[in-house]
Amino acid sequence: MYAQMVKSEGKTDRAEMSPEERAFQDRIDANEKIEPKDWMPDGYRKTLIRQIGQHAHSEIVGQLPEGNWITRAPTLERKQILLAKVQDEAGHGLYLYCAAETLGVSRDELFEKLHSGAMKYSSIFNYPTLTWADMGAVGWLVDGAAIMNQVPLQRTSYGPYARAMVRICKEESFHQRQGYAVMMRMAFGTPEQKEMAQDALNRFWYPSLMMFGPSDKDSVHSAQSMAWRIKMNTNDELRQKFVDETVPQAEYLGLTVPDETLKWNEERGHYDFAEPDWEEFFEVLKGNGPCNDERLAARRKAWDDGEWFREGLSAYADKAAARRAASDLAAE
Amino acid sequence: MPSLPDAEMPDALALAERAAAEQVHDPHVADVDLKPAFFDWLCRIGDNALILGHRVSEWCGHAPVLEEDIALANVALDLIGQTQMWLSLAAEVEDKGRTADDLAYLRDAMKFRNIKLVELPNGDMGVTVMRQFLFDAYHFELLTALARSESPRVAEIAAKALKEVAYHLERSSDLVIRLGDGTAESHARMQAALDALWPYAGEVFVADAVDEAVARAGIAPALPDLLPKWERTVAEVLDEATLTRPDRRFDVHVGGKQGRHTEHLGYILAEMQFLQRAYPGAEW
Ligand SMILES: [Fe+2]
Ligand SMILES: [Fe+2]
Repeated sequence: MYAQMVKSEGKTDRAEMSPEERAFQDRIDANEKIEPKDWMPDGYRKTLIRQIGQHAHSEIVGQLPEGNWITRAPTLERKQILLAKVQDEAGHGLYLYCAAETLGVSRDELFEKLHSGAMKYSSIFNYPTLTWADMGAVGWLVDGAAIMNQVPLQRTSYGPYARAMVRICKEESFHQRQGYAVMMRMAFGTPEQKEMAQDALNRFWYPSLMMFGPSDKDSVHSAQSMAWRIKMNTNDELRQKFVDETVPQAEYLGLTVPDETLKWNEERGHYDFAEPDWEEFFEVLKGNGPCNDERLAARRKAWDDGEWFREGLSAYADKAAARRAASDLAAE
Repeated sequence: MPSLPDAEMPDALALAERAAAEQVHDPHVADVDLKPAFFDWLCRIGDNALILGHRVSEWCGHAPVLEEDIALANVALDLIGQTQMWLSLAAEVEDKGRTADDLAYLRDAMKFRNIKLVELPNGDMGVTVMRQFLFDAYHFELLTALARSESPRVAEIAAKALKEVAYHLERSSDLVIRLGDGTAESHARMQAALDALWPYAGEVFVADAVDEAVARAGIAPALPDLLPKWERTVAEVLDEATLTRPDRRFDVHVGGKQGRHTEHLGYILAEMQFLQRAYPGAEW
């Protein structure tokens, strides 16, 4: 998901918990929301900061692959829709950094960790957007996969995170619909457009499946996060749900999911499908994806080039405050 | 169809046709004698919005702070929305079956009518902010006057756009002031941006036969009438920003309005029009 492989630390065994920890777990089990001023275990706070931070970074870095096509959008309407969508993602970043701030970590600190590579963002944004059909595939598949995870997170235990998710989810369904609308135009368009649509699906299918993180059997941090209700479903559950919903949509488009083993399993009531190449996934996380270096360089450049701008604004704010203080003094 | 609903309203076309039919009658739109000037003039306004919107949209994801990413996208969105309204009216006036998209995506540089200022590269945020301010200060006065145009169609679009542009001007003025009176570096960058852009700023006020024809028809104000207000806004903001108005002509670089552009426009169009040119007739 936007937060993949978030390391979680804490105790799941009640016997090992302190009385405070037990009381905290009881509140979570009773579906109470934890608010910023409430006591919380250190591990809960740290895990949440990692998860929300990773999610926020994904929104911000996620502007880049789609931003890549804004200046080439083929009609005025498509340009507006894409601009609005990418703008939403920046807004999502903002909500999430604010949610993280309530846990005692500033936006600047989180940025620094993103820029130094100490914090990650979703692997999906390290893949390039090569044709206009990718604007369709990203909205349809990437935002679609994000929705799978984010809808349940509206009920997550940490209040500010849950509320950020509510706002985000409202916008995500528009993102997915606009992506599917682009995909429809392409898939039902000229032979060249259809070829681009199929190629986009071929390239984005497995990376989208990777968004849910490794298989449950290899996912070591899930249990604790699920006990804390900061992870609501297992990776495999969500991945299955995504495949089940997406395959008929691909069929409607007349496109072929690039998986020869894909088959409806009557008994399970789900599709059987091939796992993505997890080695590729771990390589991308390590920094060896097709666009890791470029994405990070773009974010660092934006930050470094913007330093004078940020300093200018804060210097002005200081001067304005000093002027106000001086005039208050004179007025006395 | 599977669980995903279609984002495009199936009856959007019908709705648009009904809205067009209900539109107020505007004798200017069908005035044959006025047509060439009116068309050209609408392209000027529409192209300014299109090209500036395009430039601003280049910042998407690369701005110095997240709030700027959002604000710049907002300005770009407004401008592209305005483009759609102006160029749609231009196409209607022209009456040759072209659409706003045809005008945006299928004209070559010599047919574009935007001023040179808006096609200049973004540079640093100083250049982007200053370019926006110099343009907004004009755009605001223009739209204020156009909202009272004798052409109801023009007045209607101007009134919509004015609300957005009033905000653009507020925002760009505020940034010019804060950055001009910020650190020594931000001051120097803003002054450098002003010095570089100044010779382009006046093109909008240089009236030609097209401007005079639409002014005579009561559609648009006489351009020289807008200048004193622009001068006042610029003087006030530069003063507060502790920036110095360059001691040099502001109408050195003209010709964009007549289709003689800088070298930059061709590259903008190469990028912007790529898909429409590479796949003629495809629908997107
Ligand atoms: Fe998002
Ligand atoms: Fe999204």
